[in-house]
Amino acid sequence: MSAGIHPVASLLAAIARGISGVQVQWAGCEPDERQRIYFANHSSHLDFVVLWSALPPDLRARTRPIAAKDYWEQRPLRLYLAKNVFHAVLVERGAAAKTQHPEEAHFVGRHLIDQMAEALGSENSLILFPEGTRGTGEKLGPFRSGLYHLALHRPDVELVPAYLENLNRILPKGEFLPVPMLSLLTFGKPIQVEQSEHKDDFLERAREAVASLRRIGNA
Amino acid sequence: MMFAALHDSKLVWLYCGVLALLVISTLIGQVLKAARKGDASRSTIDNLNARIRAWWKMAAIFAVAVAFGPIGALVLFGLISFLAMREYMTLVPTRRGDHLTLFWSFFVIMPLQYYLIGIQWYGFFAIMIPVFAFVFVPTSIAIAGDTEHFLERAAKIQFGIMVCAYCLSHAPALLLLHIPGFEGHDARLLLYLVIVDQMSDVLQYVWGKLIGRHKIAWRVSPNKTWEGFVGGVASATALGTALWWATPFTPLQSAGMSLMICLLGFAGGLVMSAIKRDIGIKDFGVVIEGHGGILDRIDSLCFAAPIFFHLIRYYFVR
Repeated sequence: MSAGIHPVASLLAAIARGISGVQVQWAGCEPDERQRIYFANHSSHLDFVVLWSALPPDLRARTRPIAAKDYWEQRPLRLYLAKNVFHAVLVERGAAAKTQHPEEAHFVGRHLIDQMAEALGSENSLILFPEGTRGTGEKLGPFRSGLYHLALHRPDVELVPAYLENLNRILPKGEFLPVPMLSLLTFGKPIQVEQSEHKDDFLERAREAVASLRRIGNA
Repeated sequence: MMFAALHDSKLVWLYCGVLALLVISTLIGQVLKAARKGDASRSTIDNLNARIRAWWKMAAIFAVAVAFGPIGALVLFGLISFLAMREYMTLVPTRRGDHLTLFWSFFVIMPLQYYLIGIQWYGFFAIMIPVFAFVFVPTSIAIAGDTEHFLERAAKIQFGIMVCAYCLSHAPALLLLHIPGFEGHDARLLLYLVIVDQMSDVLQYVWGKLIGRHKIAWRVSPNKTWEGFVGGVASATALGTALWWATPFTPLQSAGMSLMICLLGFAGGLVMSAIKRDIGIKDFGVVIEGHGGILDRIDSLCFAAPIFFHLIRYYFVR
């Protein structure tokens, strides 16, 4: 799926970069051709666009966000932005947790992983916010398990942690108007699931990998 | 309009002087670089050369902008205000409840300030931020409903708007003064202010590096020494005095104005250093290579510009 970059996507990326004055630091790795899953903290609508725009243009065309279906399907414009402009992979969020039957939960979970794995294909990368929702930016929420299952499913794909700093002050959840403060995006060292590592241990380690990249007011 | 500057031969001479200074300092920087020894002096010299490179760029941007007349100067300083306030608000702790107030500060109050100068509405531009914004900011924060650290937040935001937008906007406002017998030459006043103010910074730095021993306020700014202060202020005042021919001032008046610019420039730098210590950072940003941030470069101008403006307006305009 290298359909090229939608002009609106490039425009929004330029605007987001301007508003967020973002400085990008590749602290643990360099931009690379290989397939990756970038996973980051989530506190603003700008998060995805800023992270995406920080990649070199040739990588951008092959990097897709994972987005919550329930939110992005709510309004026609949102859906258009998600689907047509950014080629987002729209997934059911927390569907597995909603159902009572463990078997059904397993099935729904499997479907989610299959969907993401399919989006990865043989040459794409993904951007994932494992908290599953936007937080206040003060504390990193618990990570959902999708990252773990996807990592097991595709061990060949690199898992790159990233921290987006200050975007919660630029465009916090629930606000419509941005305040143009400066922000920072730090890419960390790739991690992987260790031999026989338990799900919760891995998710905590992944969370720590993101949290450790925070530079101002490390909490 | 663009080339109006070229018809003002005294303005051209001022620019030639700036160019000569840049060339000389570049040569000195390169000589020092070739002759350097030891790691400590190496980093100082690299920093010096980075500063000189940044000065070339800043001088070029300034010259081009001011060549477009008052509009160019307003746009340039409006942009500097924006960038400075951006650095300031990023580092000052604000809360979620300040969001809308901050939005207004950036996108309404600051542009309005420059617009008012553009349409030469002196009566409003002089009080818009000290009076209207002063009332607006705490009200708007109070309406948002978060009372935690309320007074600090309101004060910090108001201070930021005052320094970054209000104070600095008096520099381009110089271009709109109507000084009898000096019409059409206001660009020289702006250049005069910027040259004396920035040379005072530079010369204080140079004197401090050369013979600095006794710290002035080491808690606030460990690099400021009495030797640097006296040497820098004296030599920048001498330079400013020597530029009297480009201004409506007599040599003595020019000396007084230059001294005032230097002292207020020092005060501005000192206050901003105190704020940086308070927040716990060294520089406000990394936008200009070698200089820290924009705010670090213009802190001295913020205090000097409004007083320079009002002294001229009071004594020379009417």
